[in-house]
Amino acid sequence: MKGERPLVAAVSSERRFAQDPLWLRATLILLGVAIVAGLIVVPIVNVFYQALSHGVGTYWINLVRDPDTRHSILLTIIVAPVSVALNVIFGISAAWALTRFRFPGRALLLTSIDLPFAISPVVAGLMFVLLFGLQGYFGQWLRSHGIPVIFALPGLILATTFVTLPFVARELIPVMEAIGPDEETAALSLGAGGWQIFRRITLPNIKWGLLYGVILCNARAMGEFGAVYVVSGHIAGQTDTMPLRVQKLFDEYNNPGSFAVASLLTSLALVTLLAKVTLERKTRRELAAALAVETPIEPLTSRESP
Amino acid sequence: MRVIGQPLFSRRVLPGFGLSLGFTLAYLTVLVVVPLAACLAKVSSLTGSQFVSAVWTERARAAYMLTFGVSCAAAVINVPLGLLLAWILVRYEFPFKRVFDSLIDLPFALPTAVAGLVYANLYVANGWLGRFLIPLGIYGAYSRFAIVLVLTFIGLPFVVRTVQPVLETIDAEIEEAAASLGATRLQTFFRVLLPSLIPALTTGFALTFARSLGEYGSVVFVSGNIMFKTEIAPVLIVSQLEEYHYAEATAIALVLLAGSFAMLAAINTLERWSRRYER
Repeated sequence: MKGERPLVAAVSSERRFAQDPLWLRATLILLGVAIVAGLIVVPIVNVFYQALSHGVGTYWINLVRDPDTRHSILLTIIVAPVSVALNVIFGISAAWALTRFRFPGRALLLTSIDLPFAISPVVAGLMFVLLFGLQGYFGQWLRSHGIPVIFALPGLILATTFVTLPFVARELIPVMEAIGPDEETAALSLGAGGWQIFRRITLPNIKWGLLYGVILCNARAMGEFGAVYVVSGHIAGQTDTMPLRVQKLFDEYNNPGSFAVASLLTSLALVTLLAKVTLERKTRRELAAALAVETPIEPLTSRESP
Repeated sequence: MRVIGQPLFSRRVLPGFGLSLGFTLAYLTVLVVVPLAACLAKVSSLTGSQFVSAVWTERARAAYMLTFGVSCAAAVINVPLGLLLAWILVRYEFPFKRVFDSLIDLPFALPTAVAGLVYANLYVANGWLGRFLIPLGIYGAYSRFAIVLVLTFIGLPFVVRTVQPVLETIDAEIEEAAASLGATRLQTFFRVLLPSLIPALTTGFALTFARSLGEYGSVVFVSGNIMFKTEIAPVLIVSQLEEYHYAEATAIALVLLAGSFAMLAAINTLERWSRRYER
């Protein structure tokens, strides 16, 4: 996500500061804890409390017995991985082009990868309706060929892929930039082919950064609401993903059902955070190792150490 | 930052330039450029006066004002909150600091629909927080304040994560120098630390603001979506779409897009500006 700390910057340095007086420290820490508790912790606890308020049995029935809810879970499990896979291919390809080569228009390309973050999800959905909807530019053609896009699975995938487009690329570009092309160039000089270089050198080097991007991308893909809302048509049991199902149940005043689905999504968010913390530590080590090895080999192209 | 004498296309030793760049461009064209072009094409089918009457109705103006106002409010609130959280994370040690640090990212990971659902539930009359706040006259659900509240949640990590790394890189020597010259802690903070944090704070503000402008999923749950009162621009776009007013919806979307792109340009400029301070 835009604004999130890039992994490269996370390599921290030692610090020694004048200590603030105890009362000030205590006040500020308590204030900070109160803010996080009120804005973040209470809502998480509330989700699980509401979901389980009628007992575990009802919770289970809400999740499993309702065919529309079951279908929404299935649909999310289909849409998210497809979008993530597409964006992984894009992310790797964009990172390779942008970090291993210099070409005119490179800065523009770098900026345009972030565009989906600047576009409201609702507008993203609208754009695809304009293209592929019945009234849209390709609508008639798609209809006459019997290819459903809007109010169907392909539309959901398109909208989700658009919204999550920058995630993998944004994580890979700084990592690959920091690692540098030296190892790959060495492999090339030893006679390795392109695919071999990628599989044997690049992929092992970036694997944690890549996984990090995948996890963030997946969290957003499974949770996307606005863009999917516009293209789905909200046909229960057909085009409702989990977040859309949450809203539909909420509108039907079925709070336990709505919170049951929401609790699954919240669990996903918590797992994502856990994985993120673990990976951040791994990637930091990976980067530190890469930077430490590089300096003595090529002192002329001194890369600033963080 | 091309050095003079360096060729425009530097020597390409590694393979895959054509393939990777070609695929990247094709992917962006299909998913981003063509859809954006469709937006422009749709709007250009309107005449000038039709466009104006679509984007400048009383209802639309109320929606822009509200969207702009609540986004600005959420961003303003997030600046001191984010600074406080970044400060205690960088400067102080306390139990469960790691957990605390990672919890701050929850708004990025939590689906916005869940955020909206739970915020609506917490602040209604019989909700966990509403039962205390509503008697005090604070309506945290189905009001404008509710929108600000949920947007504050959504944007919380931005300021923290932009300020935190800058705060980490500030040398202790600078503060020691200020102290040795007789500055009080407060003076050191306002005269020495804050100026170097301003670019990061402004970037965080702009990121929160930009994110809030387009936010839909969470707001739709908590706002009640009453015309002229709590209807934000993205909700208006959806309701135009549901009435099959495609051109009008797109025209309003274009106004929203213009706002977001202006923010994106501002953020890029700010990032360049703040990098100056990192040296």
